This record gives sequence, structure tokens and C-alpha cells, in this order.
Amino acid sequence: MTDLAYIELALTAARPQALGALLRYFRDLDTAEEAFQEACLRAIRTWPDKGPPRDPAAWLIFVGRNSGVDQIRKRARNEPLPEEAAFSDLSDAEEDIADRLDNAHYRDDILRLMFICCHPDLPNTQQIALALRIVSGLTVQQIARAFLVSDSAMEQRITRAKGRVAKAGVAFETPDVHERAERLKTVTAMIYLVFNEGYSAGIANPDSAAFCDEAIRLVRLLLRIFPAEPEIMGLTALMLLQHSRAGARFDKVGQIVLLEDQDRSLWDRRLISEALAMLDKAIRHRKPGPYQVQAAISALHARASHPDETDWGEITLLYELLEKLAPSPVVTLNRAVALSKLKGPDAALDLIAPLAEKLDGYFYFHGVRGALLMQTGRRGEAKIAFDRAITLANSPAECAHIRQQLDKLNMPMAQTV
Amino acid sequence: MLYAILCYAHEETVFAWSKEEEAAVMERLHAVQEPLAKAGKLGPVGRLMPTTAATTVRKGKDEPLVLDGPFAETKEVLLGFYTAEFDSLDEAVAFSKELSAVNPGSSSYEIRPFYVFHPNEIKAAEGGSS
Repeated sequence: MTDLAYIELALTAARPQALGALLRYFRDLDTAEEAFQEACLRAIRTWPDKGPPRDPAAWLIFVGRNSGVDQIRKRARNEPLPEEAAFSDLSDAEEDIADRLDNAHYRDDILRLMFICCHPDLPNTQQIALALRIVSGLTVQQIARAFLVSDSAMEQRITRAKGRVAKAGVAFETPDVHERAERLKTVTAMIYLVFNEGYSAGIANPDSAAFCDEAIRLVRLLLRIFPAEPEIMGLTALMLLQHSRAGARFDKVGQIVLLEDQDRSLWDRRLISEALAMLDKAIRHRKPGPYQVQAAISALHARASHPDETDWGEITLLYELLEKLAPSPVVTLNRAVALSKLKGPDAALDLIAPLAEKLDGYFYFHGVRGALLMQTGRRGEAKIAFDRAITLANSPAECAHIRQQLDKLNMPMAQTV
Repeated sequence: MLYAILCYAHEETVFAWSKEEEAAVMERLHAVQEPLAKAGKLGPVGRLMPTTAATTVRKGKDEPLVLDGPFAETKEVLLGFYTAEFDSLDEAVAFSKELSAVNPGSSSYEIRPFYVFHPNEIKAAEGGSS
């Protein structure tokens, strides 16, 4: 790694804290981003000679704030004086660097920066794009490649989303306990969206698969500033566990490999052991939540060295708990899969029968139903379900997987069981 | 003398490494350790999980408090450790300098002699691949 590459890494790492603080000072995202950018340029110029500072974020906030103030003053010479309220207390801009970093604020600074990306008017994909641009500092080109759109289209999308956020106004006052808890919940969900965007892309699109690493980086950041939140621990564990299987989820030609068929020696044991440690910490709090339960389910798979050793009884119980904590037809569908391992396909088919209407447009529902019907030997119905699944597939890999199932259907009976 | 070499670093930066960068650094660090290992002077070496995985037991008024996270919130955190036998502090310093040279993530290496050493082996270790 060159010095420059290392500096860039340090800048990326310091970004959420530094940009979050600059946003609080200037109360305007564009001004804050420009100021941060300027500070980064100066870092690249001066750090190689003088060495990186002990606290890169504090350095960037100090330099960024001064440069932002300069910019505003320059503009002010040509334009009418800016309103005082446009930026907060700039009078102390020459204070000592050590006092600059307002530790009492930095948690809320980072949380706010993440939270503005989660505006409820923004569709999921825009929340993801905005978070990756603003919080993670990915380039527009990187994000565009991941979403398979042109750079200019993504640029437009992000600009529009930013406009929406600016118009909505951002709450700059320090949030109270309830507001902070709400923000945490929203931000946690957004981080999981980022992860899922990468997870569902799999190896088909390496640009978006990198989102998984980014989401894990973000959730660790959130957990470092809110270390005692069991649901953030739960989400961390969940994402680490899901990500630990990245090397085993697809075969050489990019086909989906189901959990029970995966080569478990390819699972990343380091990520798994960190996840298990996180889950242990979360459970100590005795405040179960949906992320913790999903992580616990995933952990039971991770602990089984062979699919036959999977504790389906415990998994079924955990899905029941999840249905109570966060009821949804998709959770019931997952419980049905676990139940089929325990009590056979008929019990599972009974359980999902009432979901047919609600999940009619859901790929996974028809895929699961087809597989269950195939197990009971109802080939005709299985074929109809698989055909329906293919029309709803979200990716070529999903499509190919169902085709394989259809091929199995066409084989003589003896080979399918 | 037995020494612990404690590696401190900016956690955010080190955990932002890509897999390739990580592997490259680990390989170089391994090369630095190899002569010591061959001479039978290297004890257990550990890479710590992120501080988010840490729990602290701290003396409370009545009974100890169990807290999430590391003891102190600092910019630089303990990231890993080496244990080794060196004939002199100079040797320990030289070894630490070598580590530092190949690890751009490290901010400092604290050299701390220690008294007692139980080279116990953990048989059922999970994870710890490097």
C-alpha cells in the first residue's frame, strides 16, 4: 500500500465524523461537502511530508471549517451579506485544534449524517445511493456501476435526492432520547438495505457486492458510537453471518447454491466468530428484537458443520418468536421452510396456504411452494408454481435456479427423491 | 526477558482495508515474525476483533459492572499483540520497527515486558485463521 492509498483510506474512515461535524457548523450539506473536499485536498498535499495527524477527523474538521468560512466570506464580498443564521457560531473559528473536536456532539453528528439519507419520501434505492455517496464517500461512478445506470443518470438521481433532503430541513438540535432511538431504528434499517442491495447482487455484479463490506463498516461505526444497543449488535451479527457465506453462495458459473448444498469449508470462520461474539453480547441485554432473532437463526446454520446437524426445532421456535416481534407473511414463509425439515412438506404447505394471496407477486413464495409440492410428488402443481416463480425472478441466477428445479421435475421419479 | 508487543491503531482505518490490502499486510507481517518463530522465541500472537466485540468488566460499588465496548474510548485502540523472548530491549525495538515498517495501519507498538508466561494451547479455537 502506498502512502497515498493509506491517506485515502484514512480520509474515508474519518469522513462520517468530519462531514457530520461540518454539516452541524454550516447547516448546509453542499457547503459541508465542499469544505470537507477542500480539507481532503490539503491533507493529500501536506500529510505525506508531515505525517498523518494523530486524530485525522479533528484535523479535517478544523481545516474544513476554516476553508468553509473563507468560502462564505469570499462569496459575501460579491453577494449581499449572508444571514447570520445561515451558519452557526463561526466567531470561534480560530480556536485551538484540540478544542475543535466537540466530543459531546460527534455521536449525533454521525447519526444525523446517516439519518438525512433516510428521508421517508425517498425510495429505498435513493436512500441507498445517497448514503453511499454522503456517508461512505463512494464516487457517483462507483454507485452508478453498481446500479447499472449511467453516471449522469445517477448524478441526477443523487442531486434530486439531496434537493429533497435540503427542502425537508434537517433537525440540528441535539435529539432527545426518544428522537435518538427513532433515528437509530431508521438508520439501522437503511444500513440493512445497503447490505441487501449488495447481497442480492451476489457475484453477478462485484460493484454492488462491495456494498456488503460497506454496510458492515457502517454498522460497526454505528455500534462504536452506540455500544450498548442490542439490536445494532444483532444487525451486525446478522450481516456478518450472511456475508460469511459469500464465497459459497454461487458456483463457478454463477448459479445459486442453496444453503444446504453449500461447501461449508468456504464459509469465512473469522466473520462467523465475530458474529457469534456479537450475538452473545446482544443476548446478555435480554431485549430481543427482530435483528437479534434473525441473527440467532443464521447462527444456528453457522454452528452446524453439516446440514444434517442443523437444529431445525430451535430454528422453528425462533421463527415463531420473530413472527410475534415482527409479523409478516415472509417470516411465516421462512418458518414453513424450517417446519418442512421438521415435519415434512405437507405441514409446511398447510402453513403457507393462507399466504397465497398476499405473496402472489413474490418470487421466493412460488419457488418454495414449488419445491414443497415436488417433495410431495405433486409434479403438475409444482411445475405451475415454478413457472410462476420464473416470471417473478429478480436476477438471471434466480431464474437459472428455478430452471434446474424444473429439470429435476422432468427426471424420472426415482431420481428426484 | 519476555515481552508483549502491543499494536495500537486507528480502528476505522484498519477495518476499511480491502481483503487484498489486508492479505498483503498480513503476509508481510508474517515474514517479519518468521525468524523469531524459527528460533523458538515467538509466543502466541493475536489479532483482536473490532472493539465493538469487546466487553469490559469494571469495578462497581457493590459488584462489578459489565459494560459493552472497550474500557476507554480513545482514538487509537489495541488491535493485536505479539509475545516473544528478546535478549534486550534493543531487539524488541528492532522487531517492532520491522513490524511498523510493513504495517501502514499501525500507529504505535507498545513494548511491555511481562513476568509470567503460560504457553497454554487452546485446542478448539474458532476463527483465528491468521
